[in-house]
Amino acid sequence: MVNSQQNNRLASGGLLVDREHPITFSFAGKDFIGFAGDSIASALAANDQWLISRSFKYHRARAVLTMAGQDANTLVQLPSDPNVLADRTEISQGMRVDGQNYSGSLENDLGRHIEKVGRFMPVGFYYKAFYKPAGVWEKWAPLIRKKAGLGEIDEQFEPEYYDKAYAFYDIVVVGAGPAGMSAAIQAAEQGAKVLLVDENPVLGGSLSYDRLDAKGEVAPALRAGMIADIEASDNIDVMLEAICNGYFADNWLPVIQAKRLLKVRAKEMIMAVGALEQQAVFHNNDLPGVMMSSAVLRLIKLYGVRPGKRAVVLTGNEQGYSAALEMLDAGIEVVAIAELRDSPPISELMQAVSDRGVEIYQNHAVYAAQPSSDKKHLAQVELRAQLGRGACANSGELISCDLLCMAVGYTPTYQLVCQAGGQLSYDDESAVFTLKGLPKAAQIVGSVNGNWSTDAVCGDGYRAAVLACNRLAQQSKTITEISEPAPIADDSAASPNYSWPIFPHPKGKEFVDYDEDLQIADIVNATRDGYEHVQLVKRYSTCGMGPSQGRHSALATARIVAQATGKSVAQTGVTTARPPFAPERLGHLAGRSFYPARYTSMHQRHVEAGAQMLQAGAWYRPAYYGASDQRDACINAEVNNVRENVGLVDVSTLGGIELRGPDAAEMLNRIYTFGFLKQPVGRARYALMTNEAGVVIDDGVSCRFHDQLFYVTATTGGVDRVYQSMLKWNAQWCLDVDIANVTSAWCAVNIAGPKARDVLAKVCTDVDLDSEAFPYMGVREGHVAGIEARLIRVGFVGELGYEIHVPQHCGEALWDALMQAGSEQGIKPFGIEAQRVLRLEKGHIIIGQDTDAMSTPQEVQMGWAVSAKKPFFVGHRVIKELNEIGQYRALVGFVVDDLSAPIPLESHLVIEGEKMTGRVTSCNFSPTLGKPVGMVYVPPHKAEPGSEIEIRSSGGVMVTAKVVELPFYDPQTERQAL
Amino acid sequence: MPFGLLKYGLSKDYPAQQHFTPSDTTLKKHYDVVIIGAGGHGAAIAYYLSKYHGITNVAVLDKGYLGGGNTARNTAVIRSNYLTEEGVSFYRDSVELYQNLSNEFGYNVMMENRGQLTLAHSDAAVRSFRWRAEVNQHLGVRSELVDRQTIRELVPNLHMPEDGRYPIMGGLWHADGATARHDAVAWGYMKGACERGVELHQLTEVQDVLVENGKLTGIKTNKGTISCGCAVQAVAGTSSVVAKMAGIKLPVHSFPLQAMVTQPYKPILTPHVSSPHVHVYVHQTSRGEFVIGGGSDPYPLYNTRSTLDMKESLAAAALELFPFLSQARLMRQWAGITDMTPDYSPIMGLSPVENYYLDAGWGTWGFKATPISGKMMAELVATGKPPALIKPFELERFYRFAQINEAGATAASH
Repeated sequence: MVNSQQNNRLASGGLLVDREHPITFSFAGKDFIGFAGDSIASALAANDQWLISRSFKYHRARAVLTMAGQDANTLVQLPSDPNVLADRTEISQGMRVDGQNYSGSLENDLGRHIEKVGRFMPVGFYYKAFYKPAGVWEKWAPLIRKKAGLGEIDEQFEPEYYDKAYAFYDIVVVGAGPAGMSAAIQAAEQGAKVLLVDENPVLGGSLSYDRLDAKGEVAPALRAGMIADIEASDNIDVMLEAICNGYFADNWLPVIQAKRLLKVRAKEMIMAVGALEQQAVFHNNDLPGVMMSSAVLRLIKLYGVRPGKRAVVLTGNEQGYSAALEMLDAGIEVVAIAELRDSPPISELMQAVSDRGVEIYQNHAVYAAQPSSDKKHLAQVELRAQLGRGACANSGELISCDLLCMAVGYTPTYQLVCQAGGQLSYDDESAVFTLKGLPKAAQIVGSVNGNWSTDAVCGDGYRAAVLACNRLAQQSKTITEISEPAPIADDSAASPNYSWPIFPHPKGKEFVDYDEDLQIADIVNATRDGYEHVQLVKRYSTCGMGPSQGRHSALATARIVAQATGKSVAQTGVTTARPPFAPERLGHLAGRSFYPARYTSMHQRHVEAGAQMLQAGAWYRPAYYGASDQRDACINAEVNNVRENVGLVDVSTLGGIELRGPDAAEMLNRIYTFGFLKQPVGRARYALMTNEAGVVIDDGVSCRFHDQLFYVTATTGGVDRVYQSMLKWNAQWCLDVDIANVTSAWCAVNIAGPKARDVLAKVCTDVDLDSEAFPYMGVREGHVAGIEARLIRVGFVGELGYEIHVPQHCGEALWDALMQAGSEQGIKPFGIEAQRVLRLEKGHIIIGQDTDAMSTPQEVQMGWAVSAKKPFFVGHRVIKELNEIGQYRALVGFVVDDLSAPIPLESHLVIEGEKMTGRVTSCNFSPTLGKPVGMVYVPPHKAEPGSEIEIRSSGGVMVTAKVVELPFYDPQTERQAL
Repeated sequence: MPFGLLKYGLSKDYPAQQHFTPSDTTLKKHYDVVIIGAGGHGAAIAYYLSKYHGITNVAVLDKGYLGGGNTARNTAVIRSNYLTEEGVSFYRDSVELYQNLSNEFGYNVMMENRGQLTLAHSDAAVRSFRWRAEVNQHLGVRSELVDRQTIRELVPNLHMPEDGRYPIMGGLWHADGATARHDAVAWGYMKGACERGVELHQLTEVQDVLVENGKLTGIKTNKGTISCGCAVQAVAGTSSVVAKMAGIKLPVHSFPLQAMVTQPYKPILTPHVSSPHVHVYVHQTSRGEFVIGGGSDPYPLYNTRSTLDMKESLAAAALELFPFLSQARLMRQWAGITDMTPDYSPIMGLSPVENYYLDAGWGTWGFKATPISGKMMAELVATGKPPALIKPFELERFYRFAQINEAGATAASH
């Protein structure tokens, strides 16, 4: 059944709604009709559906409080979207809305019975119970956990598209109320490029709903004039329904609009973010029908919805009278005004209300509110005379009503301001806030800056814009400088804050924090338990930790804590406001997933050859070629083909760094452990890198092509770090050398095997490949298949081999030429897995696999690669000292002769008795040797070849292994010197 | 309803307990022991001193409020699946102490053994996890290398594409992994210490550590100078700053570490899931919020500001693991300061200043060590001799090249 009555829709009005376009949606299983432009909450209110949610702890009925998306009372569940603010989310056709955090139904929530035992749940009750006897907490924890949380996440949800953009402005103004609009207009006038951001669908801020004069004519006129100015200006970009959700250093501002995160850098920032209306704290102040005066005004003026039929106003300022007049105009009966102040001066608004026959109870408070019989709405309030701060007379007057409008004051919207470094202070006497200590290029204007009367608010915006523009004019020709206006006169007399709207009740339920159902006693008792600091109060009671992050609890808490601990509110302070301002979706922050992948220029050839690819950092590399169920056979065949014929492997991912200049050799000499000053041109040298702690961190080959040109390779995973560290060191050393990371400019293959020279000779004719002319560890420049190439004769896999480095775009041509040239010799590609076996057989270590965060050159048998003569290299001092104290472990080779034993895996431990004494770093079945071989860290007394060690292999099986001399294969290194 | 709560419901006046030294208490002229820093560690040291060693003339000083530093800022991960024998043994004993903490205190710290899963996205990670699992098991810690199938069973809603950019190849499952209410740990310790006569002085800032002839003589604070028999510094986040007051140079660099939390949602994730590769970890608190954290900021700083960049990258990384969290709304982000040592292990023990003890260099591993560090440091303070369990962690190790390297077991797991 569709509820199409909209009984609470006023005959006219509603700035945001389009009465021509009805929208059908459902809430808690019932269909409703609202208008386009309605929020979920306003459409429900129009249909007299007030109950929107159940509170976190007691499951109390909750409804509209601010109508501004600043409280947790309106959190609802959409099918794939939990914790949605019903007062900020527009309805759409067919939208399905549900309540959340209830059991049974929202209307008849069984969870509400928990309130009956509420008195057994004092502040911090979790800490006080559920643990005795030992073990019982394990039973309680899952039960309590089930009660936690509000809405339900849809685990099947497929993420939608979000993106990011960047923008740069002279001035960003956050908040398009009168202060923000004034600032934007003036800044544009002086020539600044301005971005004006507001979270609402229309410009105007409070001018869109507030009543500034008895007739209600001033605000609309002022608003219309300012909007016209903004629309006429070419210098102002307006972003509506956009929220500036944080302040980060140097005016770096995230603005969220629709599905985009706009990151804005502002030369100047003006925060016209307004103020947040606060509740009065009294018995049952959370009942549906009890709402802020600003919510009353918003419902009437923005949505044309009647907030109630019979209203009482609790006020300590002018706005209570504005709301009263607005309600009277809307045909709502206003039965009484409880005026907290004792005989305030009669204002125009107050007079107008009085003239319309509404009784004003001076110096009166709402002591308690009482619910209707179903507990779901306000039925009456009890007015009592105030006797002192927070104290009321013993009896009062009961007035039946369905709406209580609270107007007792505001806190500045200090969140962004404090994120920018602003410090909040408060005067206990006047209840006036001030914010100070902002960075120079950020200003606050309007009510957040303590200005309330319209002239002061607009003047403040104007003044800030002039100051900002005048500063910008120093660097910009398009921005003009004008004379600075006089400071705004103190406007604190217009402050709407009533100093103590807090009225304890013997039955409690005077809610300080709606999110967490915290009452006055909870706050007071927290201090009595010893949690006196306001931060401890927060953490102990959870006050301010809920979805609204203390927006409506911070001030009341500070007041109560101050009173309980005998301090001033100023001394007590509020807890830190952290980003974001409003809850923001992770999808907005994440944007499009960006995890780059790198492919070598020969990638396509590997795919065509049936390679199984593996990921190495960002790179994709061929693991082996062939079907995955034939893995071991494929790898063995590749190994055998390299040992017997010739194989080709893509080594493009190796890092390449070029060092040019007179000090190139000196640079290498300092950064690597070997000596490089006397490295001859045309020769390669092994290059081992240690950090300042003497730990091995990278290796490669340094090739000297010219006196002042070195081409150094680095490990695939390490090159970026190596390059970075070279730059870092040279920032200190200031050597005359150019360092460039040329990894992606080059690609490379290694052609290896006894027949490598025969194959290469077919396609490389301008380099003398004869072993004497181009010996092992020689480097040459020439052409391969017509491509300019750098040839490096190295032997990582332990065979005759050439690394051929060519410009990146020639990769496929090089690959094809070599594969074709070698077809006679039986050339086959081999992958990383075969290369790992081959190098292991040859006893070559892989940095990062055979080394760890403590490995020194000595330990990994690389002492030969460390120059003893150099005066300095990075790590020198530590290595020298380490060599003196002796090593505590050594990396050695081992073989397992028992072929029936489970082959040890990398990281299996060496066990001696009860002790762990070492660890396997590499281990593979060696096709060449016909048994498992590996490398292992052992203590010095086991390092001698012939020692036996016990390795705890898979399933805990102890395997005996024998330490042997490295390398396993070709100990005389005859093969690679062919 | 537990019986423990009956008295609250049945008594007319709230039976307030005053867990800590009232804030208007003035400093005495002399204490046997001064503990600088009222975080979890400082409170734990005071507790064990008073409980096991009968030393109660103790003042715990803090420039802010109780547990307001890194105790308040950490993401409450408790685990012992480290890498070195020294590290694993130490954290293992800590996890064990945690198990019984609530009953020892008479104060529920809400310890929950939810387990921790660390994901391997490369064969190098599998290798390193196997190493940790082997060492852990050898030392009696529940830790094992698990395959994709087991991961799927442990965390059914984890995104595990067959051929994604970072395929999940395995994981390290740590059944002993747990979480607890971090604040309550500090409160429980301090409450127990105060009951035995220890004094807590908040908003009491140490301005100087007074040393004569290599010997500690007293502590200067903003509320006056006090003399003391000995002092311990337990000030994670400003370890090197305070040590400097005593003339001690620590091998510590301090980096901000950020974390963030979503709004509360109904529970759907039980274990703590971390991925060192995409630099993120995610777990859902008992309040229903998703806590998301990752690596430290890239440069040293003492400022606990938040950054947009870190928030964006943490969100992106979290969605790689749990894409459906795209709809979840972030509620708060914050930062703590981590005192990083060269070997990612803490510094505990004697210092070059006589009668001045160090409890420092707690990087990202301080919360989980709170009980054992407190117990061992208390023994050190009481006897003047470092217990065997923490002897390897002394400052002097850096002069002997005897580092305890935990770098590989620390990244993005905390």
